[in-house]
Amino acid sequence: MSERKIRIMVAKPGLDGHDRGARILARCFRDAGFEVIYTGCHQTPEQIAATAIQEDVDLVGLSCLSGAHRVLFPRVVQILREKNASDITVIGGGIIPDQDFQMLYDAGLKAIFTPGASLDSIVDWVRTNVHFRD
Amino acid sequence: MYFSDETQKASQQLSKKWQDEVQKSLKNNPDQKDRFSTVSDLDIKRLYTPEDIKDMNFARDIGTPGEFPYLRGNQVTGYRQKHWTFRMFSGMGSARDTNLRWHMLLREGQTGLSTAFDFPTLMGYDSDSPKALGEVGKCGVAIDTLEDFLALIDGIPMDQVTTSMTINPPATVLWAMYCAAAEIKGVPLNRIGGTIQNDMLKEFIAQKTFMCPPEPSVKLISDTIEFGTKYVPRWNTVSISGYHIREAGSTAVQELAFTLRDGIEYVEDVIRRKKMNVDDFAPRLSFFFNSHIDFFEEICKLRAARRIWAKVMRDRFGAKNPRSMWMRFHTQTAGCSLTAQQPYNNIVRTTVEALAAVLGQTQSLHTNSLDEVLCLPSEQAVEIALRTQQILAEETGVANTIDPLAGSYFIESLTNEMEEKAWEYIEKIDAMGGMVAAIERGFPQMEIAEAAYRFQRQIDAREKIMVGVNKYITNAQHEIPLVEIDEQVGEEQIKRLREVRRKRDNHAVKKSLDDIRTACKTAANVMPFCIEAVKNLATQQEVCDVYREVYGEYRDPGLY
Repeated sequence: MSERKIRIMVAKPGLDGHDRGARILARCFRDAGFEVIYTGCHQTPEQIAATAIQEDVDLVGLSCLSGAHRVLFPRVVQILREKNASDITVIGGGIIPDQDFQMLYDAGLKAIFTPGASLDSIVDWVRTNVHFRD
Repeated sequence: MYFSDETQKASQQLSKKWQDEVQKSLKNNPDQKDRFSTVSDLDIKRLYTPEDIKDMNFARDIGTPGEFPYLRGNQVTGYRQKHWTFRMFSGMGSARDTNLRWHMLLREGQTGLSTAFDFPTLMGYDSDSPKALGEVGKCGVAIDTLEDFLALIDGIPMDQVTTSMTINPPATVLWAMYCAAAEIKGVPLNRIGGTIQNDMLKEFIAQKTFMCPPEPSVKLISDTIEFGTKYVPRWNTVSISGYHIREAGSTAVQELAFTLRDGIEYVEDVIRRKKMNVDDFAPRLSFFFNSHIDFFEEICKLRAARRIWAKVMRDRFGAKNPRSMWMRFHTQTAGCSLTAQQPYNNIVRTTVEALAAVLGQTQSLHTNSLDEVLCLPSEQAVEIALRTQQILAEETGVANTIDPLAGSYFIESLTNEMEEKAWEYIEKIDAMGGMVAAIERGFPQMEIAEAAYRFQRQIDAREKIMVGVNKYITNAQHEIPLVEIDEQVGEEQIKRLREVRRKRDNHAVKKSLDDIRTACKTAANVMPFCIEAVKNLATQQEVCDVYREVYGEYRDPGLY
C-alpha cells in the first residue's frame, strides 16, 4: 500500500467572512504535509458534509467567528452521522466562548481551538488524534 | 535640499562617530534580537538623521495643512474648531435593542452614529432565509424592511446626527431605507448626512461579504455616487476601506496601496460609465483605515495616504477642486491586535492605536471595546472605549497642534518609504489592467494571505510578541461579563417580517421589483426604484434577489 496522506477539509459554515484563521490553517496543514481542501466562505452545513464525503476526507476543520457556531457546528456533525460518515473527525475553531465547549463536545466535535492556539499545537493534535477512514 | 551643507556635513560626521560607538557597545552586549521591524515587517533603523530626508523639498513634500499635498491634514485649522467625530460602531439584536444603545451613546457624548448589521442583512438575506440560520441579530442588527429601519432610527434627529452604515452588497437598499425614512420624518434629502460603506472591491479582496460579481457590483456603486451627487449632497456614498484588508492580515503598505487603488477604480468607473466630471463627485469620496499597534507605522501610513491621494486626484484625474484632493477618512483601532487572553490589556492597545489615528489627523474614530475579541461589546466596555477618545481629545493636549510629528527624520523617512512601496503596488495593479482584473487573478488576495501567514509564523516563533499570547502568559483568568444574543431575537424578528409580508400591498411590491429589474437590465440608475420598493415594504432580500437574478452570484474562490 502506498503511503497515504491525511486528507483535511477546512470549511467556513454560515455567512461569516472572517477567513483569516481558516486560510492560515489551510496553508499550515499543507506545509505540514497533509492534503488540504479549502471550501471558501459561505458554505451551508449540508454543502460541507456533502463535500467532505465526496472528497473522502479524514478530518473537517470548521471555522466560525460570528457566534453561529452553536447552531452550525453540531449540524455538520449530525448530517455526517445521518450519511453514515461519523468516522470523519470534526473539529472547530474561532470566537468560541469557554462555556460553549461542552455543548460542542456533546454534539460530537473532537476539539476546539480558539485565538492564541499555536499552529504547531493544532498540527500535533491532528497527528496524534486523526486516523485514516476505513 | 532640505538642510544646509553645514548641517549635512555635521550630520555625516556625527553619525559616523555614533556608528563606531554602537559597534563598540555591541561587542560586549548584543541587541535583544537580530532584526527590528514594524508589525508589518518593515525594517527599522536604530537611528534616523538628516541624511534620511535630505532629498525632501519642504514646499513640495510637506507644506502646510489645507494645502497640496495635504500631508499634514485637509483642514487649515486642525482639531481646534472641531474634534474628530466620536463614532462608535454598534448594532445588536433587534432594531429596538440597537436604538437603545444609540441613545445611550449619544447621551454619553458620542457625536456620530455607526451601524453594525447582522450577517444575513450584510449578505442580502432576510431573517427567515435558510441561509440566516443561527445568525440573526448575532453580529449586528437585523433589518429586513423599512419598518425595522424606522424602529432603528426612532428619536434620532436625522438632520443633525450623521449616520454611517457598514453595508456593502445591499448598500443601495439600506441607503434607500434611510432616504425613505427621512422623507417620512419630513427631513429633505439634501439635509441628511452620513456614509454608506458601499466598497465592494475590498469585499472580494478581504471581507468576503459579496453577492454579485465585481463588474456589476461596481456599477451599483457608481449608481449611488451619481444619485448622491444629484440629490443627497451631504452623503458619503462610498467609504473606501483598508480596515478589512488589514484585519485579513495585510501589511500596512498593502492596506494603503490596495485601498487607494480601489479608490482609483471607482473614480475611473464613474467617469467612464456616468460621464461625470471628477470634481462633481470626488469631494464626497471617503476612506476608512485601520489603526494597528505599531504606532509610528500607522501615523506614517495615514500621512502617506493623504499625499498619495492628492497626487492621484491632481495628476491622474486632473481634479481642480481642492476638496477632490482631500482624503477624508474614518479610522478604527485594530480588532486583530486585541487578545482574548487578559482582555483588560486591550484597553491599553486601543489607547495607543487611537492616539496614532489622532496624530494621523483622522476625521472620525471608532475605538474598540476590550471585550470585542470575545463577544459583542457590553455597555460598560463601550463606555470605556468612548471615554478613551474623550480623554485623548480633552485631557492629553495631543489635539492642540496639527501634525506634531512632521519634520521628524524618522516620521518623514518612513512616510516616504511607505508611499514609495504603495506606488509600486499601484503601478503593478495598473499593469494588470486595474483592480477588478487583479482580483480576478487573485493577486491582492494572495499577497494578503502570504503576509498573514508570515505574521502567524512569526508569532509562533516569538519573533513578534503579543503579550498574554506568546509572552507573559498567565493562567489567571480575567473575568469579564459576556454579552450573548438570545436565539429568541431571531424568532421575534421572523415573526415581525412575516407580519409585514402579510399586511403590505403585494401587487405594489411586485411592480416596484419589476421596475428595479428593468433598471438593472437597461443600465439605468437603480436608486429611485429602490426607494420606491422599500417604501412599498419590499424586503431587502427581495431587492437583492433581483440583483442576483440579473447580475448572477459570486462565489468565494477559496484562495489560500
